[in-house]
Amino acid sequence: MGEFEVHRVRFFGLVPAGVRCLACQPRGARLALARTDGAVEVYNFAANYFQEKIIPGNEARSVEALCWAAGDRLFGAGLGGEIAEYDLSRLCVAHSVDGGGGPIWSMAANSSGTQLAIGCEDGSVKLFQVVPGGIQFERNMDRRTGRILCLSWHPSDTHIAAGSIDALRVFNVSSGQTVQRIMVNYHVHKVKRECIVWSIAFLSSGTVVTSDSFGRVQFWDWERGTLQESHTVSTSAVLSLSVSEKEDSIIVGTSTGATYQFQLLPVKTGSLEKRWVRTKPFQYHTHDVRAVAHSSTALISGGLDAQLVIRPLMEKMQKKGYDAALRKFTFPHRRLVSCARKARLLLFQFSQHLELWRLGSTDETGKDGEVLPLCRMPEHLVQLKSKGPEHIYCSCVSPCGSWVAYSTASRFHLYRVQYKGDSVSVKKVPKVPKLLLPAYQLQFSADSGRLFIASARGSVHVLQLLEPGGCKHLHMFRPPSGCPDAVYLLAVSADGHWLAAVGGDWAIHIYNLKCFKHHCTVPTYNCAVTALAIHPITNNLVIAYSDQQLFEFSIPEKQYTAWSRMVQNSGLHKAWLERDSPITHITFNPKNPSHILLHDIYMFCVLDKSLPLPDNSALLMNQSTLKQLPETARQRQLHAFKICKKFQPLLFADLLDDNCLVMVERPIMDFKTQLPLPIQQKKFGT
Amino acid sequence: VSDQKPLGCWSVKHGQIITCPVVCNFETHEYIAVHDDKVLRIWKNKDINLDKVFKATLSADVYRIHSLPNGGPVVLFKGGGVRTLDVLLEAPQQEIENIISDEVIKWSEASMEGQQPVLIFATEKDGNFFVYVQKLKMNRLQKYKLEQQELSKPLSFTAYIKNQIITLLCLYSNDSVYEVLIPLQQTSEEEEQILSKSLILKLSVSGSVLKGTSFVVLDKDHIAILGSLAAPGEESKECLTIWNTKFQTLQTSKELPLGTSGQLWCYEEKFFFTHGKVLTVMMYKCETSSLAAAVGKLKDSQTPDVSSFVNWNTLADEELVVSFQSQQSVALKSESKMTLRSKRNTVAKVQPDTLSVGQILLNLKDASTTVFEDELRQLMSKAQMPDFQASIGCVITALIKRCKTNPKYYPRNFLLHIVETRDLSYSLCPDLMSVALEKKDVHLLQICLQRFPDIPEETTYACLKVFLSISEAYLQRIDVNLESVICYIDVEFNNKEVKTEIVENGFNAELEHDIWDTKITKETHPTAGELCPVGPQKAALLNAVLQSAYSEAFLLPHLKNLPAQQAVLFLRYLYYLYVKCSEKINTALPGTRSPTISQIMDWMCLLLDAHFTVMVMLPEAKELLSNLHKFVRAQVRFYSELNKIEGSLQELQRRNHQKDSQTYSIEVLELI
Repeated sequence: MGEFEVHRVRFFGLVPAGVRCLACQPRGARLALARTDGAVEVYNFAANYFQEKIIPGNEARSVEALCWAAGDRLFGAGLGGEIAEYDLSRLCVAHSVDGGGGPIWSMAANSSGTQLAIGCEDGSVKLFQVVPGGIQFERNMDRRTGRILCLSWHPSDTHIAAGSIDALRVFNVSSGQTVQRIMVNYHVHKVKRECIVWSIAFLSSGTVVTSDSFGRVQFWDWERGTLQESHTVSTSAVLSLSVSEKEDSIIVGTSTGATYQFQLLPVKTGSLEKRWVRTKPFQYHTHDVRAVAHSSTALISGGLDAQLVIRPLMEKMQKKGYDAALRKFTFPHRRLVSCARKARLLLFQFSQHLELWRLGSTDETGKDGEVLPLCRMPEHLVQLKSKGPEHIYCSCVSPCGSWVAYSTASRFHLYRVQYKGDSVSVKKVPKVPKLLLPAYQLQFSADSGRLFIASARGSVHVLQLLEPGGCKHLHMFRPPSGCPDAVYLLAVSADGHWLAAVGGDWAIHIYNLKCFKHHCTVPTYNCAVTALAIHPITNNLVIAYSDQQLFEFSIPEKQYTAWSRMVQNSGLHKAWLERDSPITHITFNPKNPSHILLHDIYMFCVLDKSLPLPDNSALLMNQSTLKQLPETARQRQLHAFKICKKFQPLLFADLLDDNCLVMVERPIMDFKTQLPLPIQQKKFGT
Repeated sequence: VSDQKPLGCWSVKHGQIITCPVVCNFETHEYIAVHDDKVLRIWKNKDINLDKVFKATLSADVYRIHSLPNGGPVVLFKGGGVRTLDVLLEAPQQEIENIISDEVIKWSEASMEGQQPVLIFATEKDGNFFVYVQKLKMNRLQKYKLEQQELSKPLSFTAYIKNQIITLLCLYSNDSVYEVLIPLQQTSEEEEQILSKSLILKLSVSGSVLKGTSFVVLDKDHIAILGSLAAPGEESKECLTIWNTKFQTLQTSKELPLGTSGQLWCYEEKFFFTHGKVLTVMMYKCETSSLAAAVGKLKDSQTPDVSSFVNWNTLADEELVVSFQSQQSVALKSESKMTLRSKRNTVAKVQPDTLSVGQILLNLKDASTTVFEDELRQLMSKAQMPDFQASIGCVITALIKRCKTNPKYYPRNFLLHIVETRDLSYSLCPDLMSVALEKKDVHLLQICLQRFPDIPEETTYACLKVFLSISEAYLQRIDVNLESVICYIDVEFNNKEVKTEIVENGFNAELEHDIWDTKITKETHPTAGELCPVGPQKAALLNAVLQSAYSEAFLLPHLKNLPAQQAVLFLRYLYYLYVKCSEKINTALPGTRSPTISQIMDWMCLLLDAHFTVMVMLPEAKELLSNLHKFVRAQVRFYSELNKIEGSLQELQRRNHQKDSQTYSIEVLELI
């Protein structure tokens, strides 16, 4: 098929923030996650665990606890002392209330989702009522000194268990009084160290489960104040704990990166007496596991190594499918890199700054696998720092490289970048039009003449860019039927005729840019769109969904193409469908109209529509096999998916010109070295 | 329990005495106490003052109240009358009959049989003991008299119900536990029956005797006894013991230096007993008992071809059934199993209706050799016999018997065939190996060693001795399975004479080679480890010994008897194997059924333990020992160096990775 000159870029110094807390929506299909930088993410189980929503962080707002209340309302609380409610359609903080007890360490919602309890630095536990449009302070519980690090409601909502340092307490919700106080290190003699109760769970049987800094998971009878069972899990702290809805399984996370499952099992087969037994150990993380969650079918853990691991419980699986795969997410399901093809520039988005790099070049050519000598090194041109505590939502560089735009929660910035020889000048474009912020996605047109801004309520703004550094608002598109959610993906055709936009309801709207009209809507498919792009020649829209399905939709004809129908009829290869990370970027090769270039974190793929699709008996990743075959024998083995897994983890891949690719990698080891050292564990007795 | 705190405390008024243990009604969560023999008190957790709670005064003295998990409490009166609490509370002053006249209740227990509560109690009068079984729902009382025992009397009782049979265990003052079986469904009502008892356990271990005070049944093979262990001439120690009744062994014991009150309870795999001033709770676990476990010979599960051998558990189960049924009629079907269990029965017991294996064997007792063998072959071909495994055992026993009586008779091939094709075990045919040893049938012994999972150490040792003592010349003529040695043994030493003077380009290559060789060997290999000290046949036989299961404690005393010369030879061979193992990177010998390095090392250690003083004294062993020492030291050094290299390699890998993690490169990628 051909050789590519690959610019292998590893200087994108992204360090994903560690996972701080997790919250499964009760009886729902969503998982909320907060990172140490304050970012909140929502994963959708139904959409193949797609990272559906990202609310970027804020330096002034840490999140220590997340919880779902009143159905699908998400609340967060942190060391700033405020309880914030998140607007999941506008992806920002809707409103926040001061807790009044200093930094908040913990928060829990009752089973009906009508009340929130928070545990504060000053040792107080406060109750808030969840009311439409906000929350209202209700009452204080009996206060003692010692920060409340964890909280749990009894399923009947009558009592709250709270973990503190050296002790746990149980409150009566209606009277607010402490009805039990248990010293957790009462049994450990001569201990000088304090014992921190990191996590707590209140079971309906009246058992309180705690995990503490001594590495123990303990089961207490709260009424009697007696210890029922104690399991020492680790030599270091057990930081997190979560109970399944049926209360028959518990997952705990430790500071050594190990997670363990406990199960309530009969002591003998057929026996009525059940006991908690440590059943499965897992070691997926290298750092502290600060957060765990237990969904009905999976154990979920998040660590300071930024990994989110979803380990399905095979015994709960009906059949082998998407749900049965172990998933590890380290990087966002979203592009943080944009590329100026013509100018050969890369723009990297960090949480609070942007970096603009110029790629190097070579004069040589070589054979497969060779590393070519560089005649020009890559160059770090500009670093743009965002002011204020807000983190960046999105950014983009224009294809010509002379425009850079980014948006935070409250501000939108457009810069004009000029290159004179070796020097670079950056000029901020004054008087950008007032828009409904934040912007969720930015996209320049192929001729760099227009900028498209994805906004809330399904709207897309079109800005006209003016030389030598100005802009004006041209139009705002809005879906005819309306849409409450923000647009999160945009695609524009090379001829500047069409614009495709995807909102939070996963509907894809296509707008005509010539006459500023809504053109059509792609038939709804009940899965999240992870990437889309418009073919430069045929104007076919290629769509990748989170269930790994691929569709091709002809915009002029307003229908799926014949190839797309053929793909749906014959089905994609099993190995393709079982991949666990979504396609994050699609692009095309104008010289080879039948080629679609796509990638996820673990692979880069050239999809050749002119070749037959592989059936399940064929090998999907067959490149290395093909390379060993003689030319004549190859023909029979060829199929449409040409997959390269050499570059991992792949954050971005794009085609610069017909045989020149850029691949942005972020080796896990590179950012692991920037994380704080994990707890050293002895290996092999050394 | 380390964290003991009372959850509730109630007391009666001064002058009143609580006269029977307080029980909890599990259904209503009420506590029931009796004070002053007649006054019943019932209260709940919330009640604080015992004086103000429900009170009922009864017309007769209460012996004890039993609380059943789903049957409600049952009250046993001192006169032997039984009422459920509900019935009693309806009319507290109702008349209670006196059944047992002037007998005194010694013990009582209640349990559920299906849906009906059953109360069992034992009484005493003038040294006679009686057992009463009261079925409450049917209101039927059965009285039995316990068989008299001279010079001793029951101290403690415990009972459980299984399969409609009450098993009553009695701890007698002669330090024995007896078992009494009482069928629940008994029709003959009028006369008093005498219960016979059978001894199931004598509480003595190597001279010391356990004076039991109380005991509980853990499962069908295990009982736990609390008592004091008294050895002659020593102070007695109080301890908790678990005994295996099937094999009459003391499974475990725990000393209780602070003393106990002599009471023991057991609930959900935990013991409860007082130890000093605290209540101690102890978890226990009883594994399914097997003879192998009882004598510490549970075979390694990783041994590859474990043949299925006699399942002791099923056998024992059936035996149990037999003993039950034997009260009414003799069990018919398990006859053949019985024959194998005790040898004297092998031919003695005859089955009238079906022609059993025992019968055939009896018939063949006096037949001629050829007829005998033909018949046995025929018998063997009947593959679908019900107790095939056991029958095979009988066949072999018969064969061996014949061998013993007729010293000239030895069906070598027939025995070999049986051992090779059937899954046998040592315990199924214990005499087979001793006969084979007598006849020096090393091939059969090799097969037995490879196949039997339960050879006693004594026999293993006897095999080893025979193998070592047998001459190489004799072995050359014998067919032995060589698959365990064929892959590694070097036949070089045989060719040594052939490879004489080879002149290459005018030089004597051999000479030069020799010099070179000795140099090398001096530097790297100890000379003794070079060549195999035994022939391949002997090596194969020794390998069979190396791979058989054993426990050190039992083997060591026998191994001490090995003559010094043989011990040195064996050690030399082990050393050779060890060197061979160490040549390979995975420290494993090639080929199937070859011994593993840990088996070799274990035997080497064992042999050295057994013969160390002799070895040190023997001049010919000296060099071997010093070579062995040097080699082991070299190995230790080698591995420590490897550890260092591992570190360096990791560092290299890290650097390599760093080089790899250049931040930017332009590479060529070809997609086909």
